[in-house]
Amino acid sequence: MAKGSIVAGCLAPHPPHLVYADNPEQNEPVSEGGWEQLRWGYERLRESLKDVDYDVIVVLSPHWQTYVGTHFIGVEKCSSKSVDPVFPNLFRFNYDLTIDVELARAIHDQAKSEGMSVKMMENPDFRVDYGTIVSCHMVRPEWDKPIVSISSNRSLSYYSVEVMQEMMMELGRSTAKAIEESGKKCVLLASNSLSHRHFVTETNPPEDMSKEHITSHAMHLGDMRMIDLMRSGKSQQIINEMPEFCDQAIAESDGGALTWLLSAMGVPSQPATLHGYGTIIGTGNAIMEWPCHTWGEQ
Amino acid sequence: MSGEIIKSLIVPPHPHPVLCPEKNEGWQKIRDAYDEARRQIEESDADLIIIYSTLWPSVIGHQIQADPNPEWVMVDADFHDLGSIHYSLKIDTDFAHAWNKANISRGLESRTVAYDGFPVDVGSVVALELLNPNNRIPAVICSTNVYSNRAETTVLAKSCLDVIKAQGKKAVAVSVMSLSNRMFTEPIEPHEDRIHSLKDDEWNQKILEFLSEGRLEDIGQLSRTIHDQIRVKKVVAFKPMWWLSAMNENRNDLTGKVLAYEAIHGAGAAVVVLDPQSNGTGDKEYDEDDVDFYGGDRNVLDSSEDEIESTPLNSGPALYDPVEGKTAVNTDKAPKPVGAYPHARKEGDLIYLSGVGPRQPGDNSIPGGPIKDKAGNPLNYDIKAQTRAVVDNIARILEEAGSSLDNVIDVTSFLVDMDRDFSGYNEVWAETLGKVGPTRTTLAIRALPTPIAVEMKVIVKV
Ligand SMILES: [Fe+2]
Repeated sequence: MAKGSIVAGCLAPHPPHLVYADNPEQNEPVSEGGWEQLRWGYERLRESLKDVDYDVIVVLSPHWQTYVGTHFIGVEKCSSKSVDPVFPNLFRFNYDLTIDVELARAIHDQAKSEGMSVKMMENPDFRVDYGTIVSCHMVRPEWDKPIVSISSNRSLSYYSVEVMQEMMMELGRSTAKAIEESGKKCVLLASNSLSHRHFVTETNPPEDMSKEHITSHAMHLGDMRMIDLMRSGKSQQIINEMPEFCDQAIAESDGGALTWLLSAMGVPSQPATLHGYGTIIGTGNAIMEWPCHTWGEQ
Repeated sequence: MSGEIIKSLIVPPHPHPVLCPEKNEGWQKIRDAYDEARRQIEESDADLIIIYSTLWPSVIGHQIQADPNPEWVMVDADFHDLGSIHYSLKIDTDFAHAWNKANISRGLESRTVAYDGFPVDVGSVVALELLNPNNRIPAVICSTNVYSNRAETTVLAKSCLDVIKAQGKKAVAVSVMSLSNRMFTEPIEPHEDRIHSLKDDEWNQKILEFLSEGRLEDIGQLSRTIHDQIRVKKVVAFKPMWWLSAMNENRNDLTGKVLAYEAIHGAGAAVVVLDPQSNGTGDKEYDEDDVDFYGGDRNVLDSSEDEIESTPLNSGPALYDPVEGKTAVNTDKAPKPVGAYPHARKEGDLIYLSGVGPRQPGDNSIPGGPIKDKAGNPLNYDIKAQTRAVVDNIARILEEAGSSLDNVIDVTSFLVDMDRDFSGYNEVWAETLGKVGPTRTTLAIRALPTPIAVEMKVIVKV
C-alpha cells in the first residue's frame, strides 16, 4: 500500500454566518447574502482544491468541546439537524454525512499509544457540532467525501496555552502518522477564527454589511501578524507567539486546531496561500491553504 | 397579584444522576437530593420553574427559550457513552416573551429563541428532567451571556422579577452549575470519583457553609474570588450566584439547606435549597451600585448616526438650562428642565421646587426604564426605581439649596397610572420621605411631558 499523506492543510473558519449567507438548501434560514469577502475566499480555496486528489477531510472544531481528553466520532452515518445555540436564527442545517471511522480510530489508537487521553464517540444520537459542519460545507459543499471529526480538548482551560500546544503538537504528529499508515490522502481543516471578540448586538438583518468591521485595532494587528507569519512560512514562530496571540486577541486558536494543523504538516516552512480575510460580527477570519501536495517528499 | 420567588435552587449540570446514579454512591446521593428538591417543589404552590443555565452560553445578549415544546435527544459532549436523554419540555412562552420585553425595557440586549431542533443544553435538560418530570409545571430557560458582568446579570434578574410580580407567578429559581468545575481530564472508573483537589473541596465546603446559613448575597459578592480560586476558565464565569442573589433581592438571611454535596467526575456537585423565610440573622451589605437599568457597553456596532438615535432621553421635549434669578436655586446634579423655569426658588425660609421627575442629570436616562418607546408603545417599567430616582433628585436640589430631605414639609405627587403604580410608589415613599413625615397628596394625571410615571412637587423649610 502506498503511504498516505496530507495533500493540503487549511485554516477554515466556521462562523455560521457564511453558510447562512450562501443559502444552501440544507440550511433553513434565508439570507440576502453578506460576508462576500470570505465567501469568495472559500470559492478560491475550492477552486484550488478542485484538481487535488483526496479521500478524506479531517477536521478539528472548537465547538465540540471536550474536557475529558480528545474525542473522535465513531459513527459512520450521521444525519440530523445542527442548530447553533448562539446563532439559531442563522444556522439550522440538515446534514447527512459519512464518517471515516477507520481513519478516526487509527488516529485515536495512535494518539493513545503516545499516552494521550482519547475516546471514541459511538452514541448514534450525537449531533455533529456546527463548526465541523460549516468548515466542511464551505470547503466541500458536495459532501461527497467522508470526514473525520475531532473534538477540541479544552486543555487550555485546565493548564495553559503552552500545555495545550504540547498536547496539540502530539495530536498533530499522531494524526500525520496514522494518515501515513492508512494510505489515504487527506485534507486537514483547522476550523477556527483568529481574533475572537464579538459584537454583543446584531444588526437587522444580520447580513447588513454596513456595520461589519473588526472590533478593535489591536485585534486587527494581531490578525495581520498571524497572517504574515503564515504567508511567510514561519510556522514555528506562530507556535511561539500563540500564547500571546490567544491572550491579546482572545483568539479562537486557543482551541488548539491551528497548532494541531501545523504540527500534522510537520511545522512547515513553506508559505501558506491567503484566500481571504474578513470579519464576522467583529471576529477576524482568514482562509489559508498550505498546498502540501506540491511540496514533494520531505 | 403578588408574584414571588418561593424557592431557589442550586443544582449540578452533569447527566450522571439521570443516566447512571446507581454506578456511584455519590451520584446516587445527588439523585436522591434532586428527588427531594422535586418533592419540595411538588408540595409548594409553584407554578413556574426558571432556569439560568451556565451551559447555554450566548453572545448576543441573553437568549430566552420560547418554543412551547422543545423536543429532541440530548447527548453530552463528554459523557456520550452514558447514553442519551430524550427531552420534551413545556415552556411558559408568555412568560418568556414578557421577560424578554422586560429585559429590553431595562436596557439589556435580549431575544427569544423558538426553533425546531434547538439544542437545549445538558444542564437545563438534566435539571428539568429531575425537578419537573412530565412537565408538571411550565418552565422558562435563560442563557448565560459570555460577556455579561455583574450589573448586567443583576438587571437580568430584576426584569425577571418584574414579570413574576406582574403575572403573579409563584416561581422557583434554579441556577444550574457546578461549584468547583475542574474535572478529571482522563476517563475514570465510577468508584474512583472524588473532588478533583483538596483546595477545590475546601472552597466548596466554604460556599456551602455560607449557603446553609442563607447568605446568598455574600456568595454573590465572593463570586469573582471563587471564580479565580476554583473555577476552570470555561466560557462562563461564576455568574449564576449574581443572578440568584438578585432574584432574591440580594438577601443574606434566607433559609438554606444543603441536600447533597458530592463529586461528579471531579467537579463539585451540590443540591442546595434556599427558602425565602428569613432565618432571622445576617443583614446584607450591598457592595456595588444597585443597578436597575443597564446602560453599559452595548454600542459596539454603532455608527455616529446610531449614537444620536440611542441618546437615552427616550424621546421627549427639548431641554432648557434652568432659569437664573436672585432667589433661584439650580444645579448640574439635577435633570435639565423641560421649560423655562429654575429647579427651585428660595423665598424667606421656604424652598419651592419645580416638579421633579426621575430623569438622570447628564444622560437624561430614566432609571427603571421609560414608560413608552419613541413610537408611543407602552413599555414595562419599574415604578420603584423611578420613585427612588425622584427622591434622589429632590435630595440633590435641596443639597444645592443648603437644605435636605429631612426638612421637606409638603409633597404633591403625580402618577400617570395609579392602579399599576401606587403600591410600588408607596413602598419607596415609606422607606424614604415617609420616614421624614411631610404632608402628602397623590394625584392621578393623564401624562407627564417626558416618558416617566411619577413626579413630585415639594415645599421645604430652609
Ligand atoms: Fe466559533
